[in-house]
Amino acid sequence: MNNDVTWLTYFVLSVFVGIEVISKVSSTLHTPLMSGANAIHGIILLGAILVAGHADGFALAIALLAVVLATVNMVGGFVVTDRMLQMFTRKPRGKVKP
Amino acid sequence: MEAMPTWAELVFLLCAVGFILALKGLSGPRTARVGNLVGAGAAVVACVVPFFYADLDHVVPILLAVAVGTAIGAVGAQRVQMTQMPQMVALFNGVGGGAAALVALLELKDFAAVADLVSDVDAAYLVATGFTILVGAVSFSGSVVTFAKLQELMTSRPVVFPGLPVAFGGGFLAALVLAGLIVSEPVVWAGVVLALLGLALGVLLVLPVGGADVPIVISLLNAFTGLTVAAGGYVLQNTVLLVAGTLVGASGTFLTLLMAGAMGRSVSNILFGALKGGSTLGSGEASDRPVRSASPEDVAILLAYAEKVIVVPGYGLAVAQAQHTLRELVEVLGERGTEVDYAIHPVAGRMPGHMNVLLAEAQVPYEQLKEMDEINGEFRQTDVVLVVGANDVVNPAARTTPSAPIYGMPILDVDEARQVVFLKRSMRPGFAGIENELLFEPQTTLLFGDAKDSLGKLLAAVKGL
Repeated sequence: MNNDVTWLTYFVLSVFVGIEVISKVSSTLHTPLMSGANAIHGIILLGAILVAGHADGFALAIALLAVVLATVNMVGGFVVTDRMLQMFTRKPRGKVKP
Repeated sequence: MEAMPTWAELVFLLCAVGFILALKGLSGPRTARVGNLVGAGAAVVACVVPFFYADLDHVVPILLAVAVGTAIGAVGAQRVQMTQMPQMVALFNGVGGGAAALVALLELKDFAAVADLVSDVDAAYLVATGFTILVGAVSFSGSVVTFAKLQELMTSRPVVFPGLPVAFGGGFLAALVLAGLIVSEPVVWAGVVLALLGLALGVLLVLPVGGADVPIVISLLNAFTGLTVAAGGYVLQNTVLLVAGTLVGASGTFLTLLMAGAMGRSVSNILFGALKGGSTLGSGEASDRPVRSASPEDVAILLAYAEKVIVVPGYGLAVAQAQHTLRELVEVLGERGTEVDYAIHPVAGRMPGHMNVLLAEAQVPYEQLKEMDEINGEFRQTDVVLVVGANDVVNPAARTTPSAPIYGMPILDVDEARQVVFLKRSMRPGFAGIENELLFEPQTTLLFGDAKDSLGKLLAAVKGL
């Protein structure tokens, strides 16, 4: 199979999976889901690391900036989502976090 | 770039599965937190892998950059108030888009270097590179503008100026031309200009969007960033980037449509409605028409002797940090034998599901939170509806006034109840910037003041009865 067609296949299948897995989400969870999905695309950090590892000079500076931005997206995204979800999973009438 | 060893490909496959499970988990209340952690785990593992196979230079600076990013992200995420969640998500999304655009620019530089030697770079790579640069930049600047709107650093009302559609159309055409240039010959300056154009287009895209619709746009830009990352994955020939980005792009687009549906809006109407001049907006200023206002003691009596009360919480409640006082008031009323429920509009707060987060933070029992479809039939048998800091979601104009920007949005049928009490700070209209006729109806009473203050006085008055 042509290499580009392989990539197209990955893409199309991922589109269907992406829609299918969240199709039954209740409106209560829209905000955390958006936030969690937002964190997942922080995986661009992987791309930024790969590019930074082979760059020099000014390009390296740009690549490191990309690494910082991508890390903020990924780490911030997952932490903020966890903070939100933590509130949904409290034990009934249990101990209260400040 | 060197060939990837099989073990690394297999780990990336596992990470891709992890992201699918994460999204699946995030869409159910019981599994959401675990899902998020699975996603985080997969992301961390995927980012560690290249250190073991890719023979990276500059490992120390990279790790330092990661440390800086982690510190910023974690501190920001820990500090942010739950009420400011939407703009925080917007910001995180924007920096992700920016990172993707920068990565693609650097790849373009490498392609340009190669093209001088062999002039044999696959056109599909260049298309994907141009797409990543453009859409990543749009996502970055668009997110910054949504942040400014929600943080009220600028007006939350639609900003439209006469040449805007022309500027947007022209900019878009110029971007296509530049992208075509990049495909025919990879030159770095064209990429830089494309990025700048993307930044301008992002601003122009979000400016005309009204405040109430901004969350939908955040969701849309989130999907954009996902697709950007997917295209970046193709450019870098990395499967996990492609799959993760596509998952987010697809689910984000679907989620955007779901959210828009919950508000009774179409996405094109949200983005371009203000440009068509189709919506007539209120003045955004306080009205001086007569209303009936009452003291906390009067309202306390109304509440204490009602059999059935429904509370409609809105963003104003959260801004005043009055969730805890409200929960106390509801508990006291419950002890007196009044039946009290909370009616949660799907877009109460600033994003779909936002109010549930805010009330959960105040330890309101989950069973008392009733969704709109569940509770709308009950208003007819309700003695008093207490609207705390909400406005647009109970505005009958959504049913009656086709020219209103919220027309068609499903609302809580508060106007069917026997008595309606609004706790409001002032007569200023809600986020959509339109007047609420319900405020002037005979069954309506207003209690002016800061929500926390008013609820405190109500609580004391009910206890004293």
